[in-house]
Amino acid sequence: MGKTRIIAETGAGQHGVATATACALLGVECVVYMGTEDMRRQKPNVERMGLMGAKVEPVDAGARTLKEAVSAAIRDWVANVADTHYVIGSAVGPAPFPALVRDLQRVIGDEARAQALESIGRLPSRVIACVGGGSNAIGIFVPFAGDPEVALVGVEAAGDGIETGRHGAPLTLGGRGGVLHGAYSAIMQDEDGQILEAHSISAGLDYPGTGPEHAHLRDTGRARYVAVTDAQALAAFQRVAKLEGIVPALESSHAIAWALGPGADEVRGESGHVDLICLSGRGDKDLAEALAAIGRSE
Amino acid sequence: MSTATDTGVERIAAAFAGAAGRAALMPYLMGGFPDVETSARIGEAYADNGADLVELGVPFSDPLADGPVIHAAGTRALEAGSSLHRVLEVGARLAHRLPVVLMCYANPILARGVERFADELAVRRISGLIVPDLPLEEAPAVLAACDEAGIALVPLAAPTTPEDRLAAIGARARGFLYTVSVTGTTGERSGGDAAALIARVKASTAAPVALGFGISTPEQARAAADAGADGVIVGSRLVRAAAEAADAGEDPAAAVAAVVAALAAGLVR
Repeated sequence: MGKTRIIAETGAGQHGVATATACALLGVECVVYMGTEDMRRQKPNVERMGLMGAKVEPVDAGARTLKEAVSAAIRDWVANVADTHYVIGSAVGPAPFPALVRDLQRVIGDEARAQALESIGRLPSRVIACVGGGSNAIGIFVPFAGDPEVALVGVEAAGDGIETGRHGAPLTLGGRGGVLHGAYSAIMQDEDGQILEAHSISAGLDYPGTGPEHAHLRDTGRARYVAVTDAQALAAFQRVAKLEGIVPALESSHAIAWALGPGADEVRGESGHVDLICLSGRGDKDLAEALAAIGRSE
Repeated sequence: MSTATDTGVERIAAAFAGAAGRAALMPYLMGGFPDVETSARIGEAYADNGADLVELGVPFSDPLADGPVIHAAGTRALEAGSSLHRVLEVGARLAHRLPVVLMCYANPILARGVERFADELAVRRISGLIVPDLPLEEAPAVLAACDEAGIALVPLAAPTTPEDRLAAIGARARGFLYTVSVTGTTGERSGGDAAALIARVKASTAAPVALGFGISTPEQARAAADAGADGVIVGSRLVRAAAEAADAGEDPAAAVAAVVAALAAGLVR
């Protein structure tokens, strides 16, 4: 492609770290846009990116989170398209970005499907994944889309509660679709079509839009979308740490919270039920933020 | 002289034709910045100081095509209570003076419904519509609604637009073809040779070709006109002048008047 410079945006910092890692390996210049609020709450990932030689470009507009980071990266890309490739971090943005990200992320679903058949000799009853922009979810859903016996459940951020307006759950909320970052999908917007600010304790789900293929899966009925609050996600974060010795990312904790809570209630008494949860990220990056929030709630 | 029964397409065509011997000057204005009333007076100052048309921006939460100056003005306009309705009312007021071309991102148009949106422009005698994030492939519904209402849907072309796509854009241009002089967002810049780009775009369309993005000085405006542009659009320079005046407690309308007059003088061939 002849591109000598890589840019990316990141919310939780995972995608920024991955991009910085690849650029360090290849010796390519790397700039990662990140909202200053996300830089504060995902500091370990900011430090990792810096260690690997990437430049983290702070974005101070709006709520200083993922939406503004995507906007800043798109503005950079249109200005520097001759030498710059934009490695977008979620299944969002103008075509063909959502399809590119889906096809690269589906390695998660292909491997999970093969491992399920190998280890339990059958497909799972449900596949459950958190949805912000929706990259991990679309990656794990797609290989199961042709298996009608497998239910697909996307878990969005209800933040302080859907009814408060402080959430990141456009798919669960429903309503009129709209255009954000060059894609028509489910978005949070007001009457005039202004995009609303999202809220979630997890930086990766703190986004008022979602990947267009998720809106399609919802509208065709192939997948369903639900939401859990900050408090529910935090409780799941603690519970999995105690039970399994695994510290999940706050994003992934939303998927776990639904599976252990409302999702478990739905299938209580059913025999042979198997859930496959996408543990999309590790929670080391979230420790300071999560422990502070747990402290406040106790 | 246009009459009350002219369509938007006709009013824009008359404005370009009336600028015979020079390029038409189209200053940009952020609707509702620094407040609704002052923004209307800024537009009137444009009309009084040599503008042939005015581009009226609708502030949007996520203005992807805009650089920092216009982005900040849009954010401040929304905080000061600007809204689509209020900007359309500013447009109606300015339409008594000169043709108004509205610049609005796609989502507010979809939220209102494309037919209703086009009708709301027509009843206020707003002449044209620029949608910076509406790609060619998604344009047919908006174009049909605008054609029905007599509103010129003005498409954009960039230095990166390939020939076949430019031909398709040029064929369905109404009013004029907005040519983005540089890759990137709105904002003041130096350098760049637009002559080859303008020639390429002019070959693609029967509509007038207006050059925008990055033009801020009378010299740059003159260079664009000399390179063959039928019109010149100046945005960030004027929005910055309005912002600096507002921040200093001075009258933004007076501040932009001098800048527009200098730009207009630069376009006399």
